[in-house]
Amino acid sequence: MSNAHFSYVLRLGDNALIIGQRLSEWCGHSPFLEEDIAMANTALDHVGRARMLLTHAGDLEGAGRDEDQLAYLRDEREFCNVLLCELPIGDFAFTLMRQYLLDVYHLHLFEALCRSQDEVLAGIAAKAVKESSYHCRRSAEWVCRLGDGTDESHRRMQSALDELWGYTDEIFAADAVDEAMRAQGIAPPLAELERLWRADVEALLARATLSVPDDNWRASGGREGIHTEHMGVLLAEMQVLQRSHPGLAW
Amino acid sequence: MPPISSPGAEARFDATIAAEEKIEPRDWMPEKYRRNLVRQISQHAHSEVVGQLPEGNWITRAPTLRRKATLLAKVQDEAGHGLYLYSAAETLGVSREQMQDDLLSGRAKYASIFNYPSLTWADVGAIGWLVDGAAIVNQISLCRTSYGPYARALVRICKEESFHMRQGFEIMQTLCGGTSEQKAMAQDALDRWWWPTLMMFGPHDAESAHSQQSMQWKIKRQSNDELRQKFVDQSVAQAEHLGLVLPDSDLKWNAARDHYDFGAIDWDEFQRVLNGGGHCNRSRIKARRDADQDGEWVREAMLTYADKQRARAVEDAA
Repeated sequence: MSNAHFSYVLRLGDNALIIGQRLSEWCGHSPFLEEDIAMANTALDHVGRARMLLTHAGDLEGAGRDEDQLAYLRDEREFCNVLLCELPIGDFAFTLMRQYLLDVYHLHLFEALCRSQDEVLAGIAAKAVKESSYHCRRSAEWVCRLGDGTDESHRRMQSALDELWGYTDEIFAADAVDEAMRAQGIAPPLAELERLWRADVEALLARATLSVPDDNWRASGGREGIHTEHMGVLLAEMQVLQRSHPGLAW
Repeated sequence: MPPISSPGAEARFDATIAAEEKIEPRDWMPEKYRRNLVRQISQHAHSEVVGQLPEGNWITRAPTLRRKATLLAKVQDEAGHGLYLYSAAETLGVSREQMQDDLLSGRAKYASIFNYPSLTWADVGAIGWLVDGAAIVNQISLCRTSYGPYARALVRICKEESFHMRQGFEIMQTLCGGTSEQKAMAQDALDRWWWPTLMMFGPHDAESAHSQQSMQWKIKRQSNDELRQKFVDQSVAQAEHLGLVLPDSDLKWNAARDHYDFGAIDWDEFQRVLNGGGHCNRSRIKARRDADQDGEWVREAMLTYADKQRARAVEDAA
C-alpha cells in the first residue's frame, strides 16, 4: 500500500460524501414530490458510495480508522474533495447543472475504474457505474428541459453553468497522486477522462441551447485541503454530534 | 369522474360494503363517501409529505453514515407514500394540484404531530418508534378499508412503515445502551413525543366528527379509542425493554379490562395545535409554500420544453 493509494481513494470518498451531504439538503424542498424522491435517492447513492470508499481508504491506510472516523473526525484542511462538490446548493438550476457536470465525470471515471488493478475499488466502481448511468440520464434530461425551456429557466441554467465552469478544471488536473495511480493501473489517465467528459458535455450543452463559458477563471485547491469558506460550515453541521459527544456509539 | 347513478346503484354499493368487497373507482358511490375518502386520503398524503420536514431536519446532522443513509431512505419512502396516496385520491376525481392547493391554503389538514419540533437526534428515534408505530396501528386496520385503491396503497405503506418503526426503535435502543447523557436524551424525546402521539388517533369516539359514518361505510374499521388502546398496550412493554419511563403517572395494568389504563389526554393542547397554535404550524406550511413557489419556474419550463418537443416531432414527421 502506498500513501498515494490511500489519498486517491480518500479523495473519491470525500467527493461522494460532500455531494451526498449537499443533495440531502433538498429533502422536502424540491419543486415537486417526484423530485423530492429523486434528490433523496441520488443523495443516498452518493452516501452509500462514500461509505464503501471511506471504508476502503481506512483499510488502505491501516491506522484503524473506519468510515465514520474519516467522515466525522477530520478537520476542514484534511478533506480532499474537489471544490465543485462543496458549493452551496443554490437554486434547482444550480443543483442540477452541478449534478450533470459531476455525473458525466463519474460515469466515465467509474467505467474506467471497473478495470482497476485495485479489486476492491473495481467492485465499488461496478456498483457506482450503474448508479451514475441513471444519474446522468436524469441530470442530462433536466439540463435540456431547463436550458431549452422558458427564458427564465434558460437564464438560470446559463448563469449556473457560468458560475460552475471554473470549478470543473480541478477535477482533471493530474497531480503526483493521480500519476502514481495511473502508473500502477489503479486509476485511468485523467487527460482521457477529460476528453470524454468534454465531448459529452459540449454536445449536451449545445442541445440544451447553452453556451460553453470561457475558460478565463478557474479555482482549485480542494484536494490539498484549501477549500471554499462554505466547507467549514458544512462540516460543522455534519459533524456536530460526533464532535460535541466524542467517542460515543450512535 | 364517478359514474352517474343508475337504478339499484345504491343497493349494489351497500351490498358490496356488506359483503366486505372493495369499492373500485368505476363503481357508483355516494357523494359523501367520495368526499369523506378524498378528505381522509389527501390528509394522509399531506402528512407523509409534511412529515419529511421534521426528520429531514436531521439528515445533514445524522451522527454516523449508516444512520444518514437509513434516514435518507426513510424520508424517501415517506415521499413515495405521499405519491401512492395522491394517486389513490386521484381515482376519486380530484387532482393532485387541487389537493396541494388545499394544503398550502390551510383548507386541508395534515397530521398535527408534525407541528412539534424535532430537537435532538433522539427525536429521530422517537418519531420512528412512536409516530410510525402509531401510524402502523392505524394503517394495519385501514388495510381492510372498503375503497380498493386506498386499501392496496396501505398494504405497501405498512410494509415500509414497519421498517421505519424498527429503525426508530433501534436508535432508541442504541441511545439507551449508551451513556447516561444519551439515555437522558432518549427519555427527553419520549417525554415530549408520547402525548402528541396518543393524540394522533384523534378525538374520543364520542367526539369524533367523521367517525360514525366512516365506520358504517367501512372506510374506518376500528374506532379511535380502540386503536389508541392497542398502541398504549404495545408501547408499555417496548418502553420497559428500553428502560425508559412513559410520562404518565396514571398508567397501570387493569386486569379486569385486560388493558392498560392511562391518564387523561390534554385535548385543549390537541385543539390548539390542530388549529395552528403549535410550534411549527407556520414553518411547516411556509416550507411547503416556498418549495411550491420556488419550483414554479421549473414546472413552467418543463411544460414549455414538452410543447417544443411535440412541435419538433410534428415538424419532423411533416
